[in-house]
Amino acid sequence: MSEFFTSAVLIATVASGVRLAMPLLLASLGETFGQRSGVLNLGVEGIMLLGAFFGYYAVLETGSILLGLLVGIAVGIVMGLATALISVTFRAEQGISGIGVYLFGLGMSDLLFQRLVGTPQPIPRFDTVAIPVLSNIPVVGELFFDQSLIVYAAFLMVPVGTIVINRTTFGLNIRAVGENPEAADSLGVHVGRTRYATVTLGGLLAGLAGAGLAIQLGIFQQNLTAGQGFIAIALVYFGAWRPIGVMLGSLLYGLVAATVLQLKTLGVIPLIGSDLASMAPAVITILALVVVARRFRQPAALTKPYVREG
Amino acid sequence: MSSSRGAGRAATRRLVVPLLAALAALAIGAVMLIALGADPVEGYRAMIRGAFGSGNALVETALKATPLLLVGVGITIAFRANVINIGGEGQMIMGAIFAAGWALAAPELPAAIHLPTVLIAGLLGGAVWGAIPGALKAYFAVNEILSTIMLNIVAVQIMNFLLRGPFIDPGEIERGTRIPQTARLAETADLPILLGDRLHAGPVIAVLAAVAAYVLLWRTGLGFRLRAVGLSRDAAKYAGMPVKRSILLALTFSGALAGLAGAVLVFGSESHRFVTDGSATGFTGSAGFNGIVTALFGGLHPLWTIPSSFLFGGLLVGANALQRAVQVPSALIIALNGLVVIFVVSSDRLRTAVRRGPTPLDDDDSVGAPALEEEAVP
Repeated sequence: MSEFFTSAVLIATVASGVRLAMPLLLASLGETFGQRSGVLNLGVEGIMLLGAFFGYYAVLETGSILLGLLVGIAVGIVMGLATALISVTFRAEQGISGIGVYLFGLGMSDLLFQRLVGTPQPIPRFDTVAIPVLSNIPVVGELFFDQSLIVYAAFLMVPVGTIVINRTTFGLNIRAVGENPEAADSLGVHVGRTRYATVTLGGLLAGLAGAGLAIQLGIFQQNLTAGQGFIAIALVYFGAWRPIGVMLGSLLYGLVAATVLQLKTLGVIPLIGSDLASMAPAVITILALVVVARRFRQPAALTKPYVREG
Repeated sequence: MSSSRGAGRAATRRLVVPLLAALAALAIGAVMLIALGADPVEGYRAMIRGAFGSGNALVETALKATPLLLVGVGITIAFRANVINIGGEGQMIMGAIFAAGWALAAPELPAAIHLPTVLIAGLLGGAVWGAIPGALKAYFAVNEILSTIMLNIVAVQIMNFLLRGPFIDPGEIERGTRIPQTARLAETADLPILLGDRLHAGPVIAVLAAVAAYVLLWRTGLGFRLRAVGLSRDAAKYAGMPVKRSILLALTFSGALAGLAGAVLVFGSESHRFVTDGSATGFTGSAGFNGIVTALFGGLHPLWTIPSSFLFGGLLVGANALQRAVQVPSALIIALNGLVVIFVVSSDRLRTAVRRGPTPLDDDDSVGAPALEEEAVP
């Protein structure tokens, strides 16, 4: 146990926690937009898996990380549009249709991987880019300013998301549609179009999160995301539908995951207990939900499809 | 009498919509097969033959339908009380854990006691795993979709922990193979074989459970209260009904039936062991999720869920036959399964839109879900 508390190990653990938070942060920021507009996209996990496979495959074939990310984004947009079609146009029960999207993504990504790749082959990973000056700050520099560009981008998305939601007309529309679609509609806000936009944006970020995860690990395998998409949805509740809260939640998860990994590597947790240690994120989520549900109210129209009366 | 016949006809009509939806999903599946270089006609022919084409096929379909029916009936109870239960996977696993745990703890009992107690243990395990999100929703306003998904993840880890450790077959340790599975469980707890060498009592148990759920929902005061809470929490509360307790009970019943499905899977399996491949699907075959679709297929009516589970079970058994016939990876089945879920759920609103048409009163007790709304429980 004492090995864990050396400063080098601690710093490495926290830095890896920040890294692990990236896919969660991207996916849960995307989900935040959807939920603020009243749509629960439970299919994030499936979209992440598809984004991860296609992103991985693009990098494997071309060697270009940028192309891999763009492919992940494109896949995310397509899946986001499909989700919007299902939830907004067909008004499907969101708690169930998302499970369908998840199963589709889980099966499809595995199917394509087996057909197109077969045996796992590593791909190039992200390079870290040290930010001048800031990366020289002791400890903090190593933790936060010696990461890959996509990690910076994900965290930059937090203030951007906050401003979009709280300070722009688009954000006002999102909130109006999520709280009181009837009133928004009567004021001329297009409920369906707004929700299509937020759900597609959510899909885009989920696809990017998946591709980012695959390139971060440099590998793809069946069920690569292993529940991260579902955790991302829970983080939106955890963060009380605010980008800042979502970021804190993602960081907490990244840190918990990194700590469990590190303790396993050091052999502090025996192999048999590792299943129980892996329960930590889900259990923490449930406890967090209890606390959050008491304090914050979800968007009033969440999971309710909108039908214009008369 | 005439009204129930009318309701029956309406239900038949409404079965058509999800059936068409499933066919639409299969049409996309055909495109996928062509893309994979396989012959879809050959594939789907193998599918129908594999599901319904022979006595053996029908037995396999009935066995596949069993967990779907049990979970589906549980889902129906929850839905009727306006609660979504996405936790079937975890509840099945917990049922299996309790049942296998009991069989390991009390290996020597007369069959007349062993089998019923094993099934009761399964019911209990699922009930506990349903009561947790039920209580969290009723008393802490925690969204049940999220809590059940998280509890699915927790259940898988507990299963893996137990099957690698306390529950593991001692033989696996002696041989050093360490396959995460129990020893062959007590023979006195085997589900009796009814016909041939595969058809066990599971399907009968599931049908009995469906009938019991029907009686509960429409012939008891408790069932009336559950449905009243499902139609309008406010009205039920105003009428003096215990809304919170009803929500807790709905998820507990729902979980119990899924837990029973888990016990039936273990004690009706050919190996009579509880085995894990590390994932939930490896044990449940996604029945915890597919049971939801089965329930929607059956118009959220316990009795209609019986034919619905048989159809859906056939679809899954047939998909396996298809995969073997045209030699495509089995992941195709999971993808197809997802498409069927999406298409059936998407068509569900079409169906309820049809129902809202003429007179809401003629739709007495047969089909149609309460409009699901996420109401905060005060």
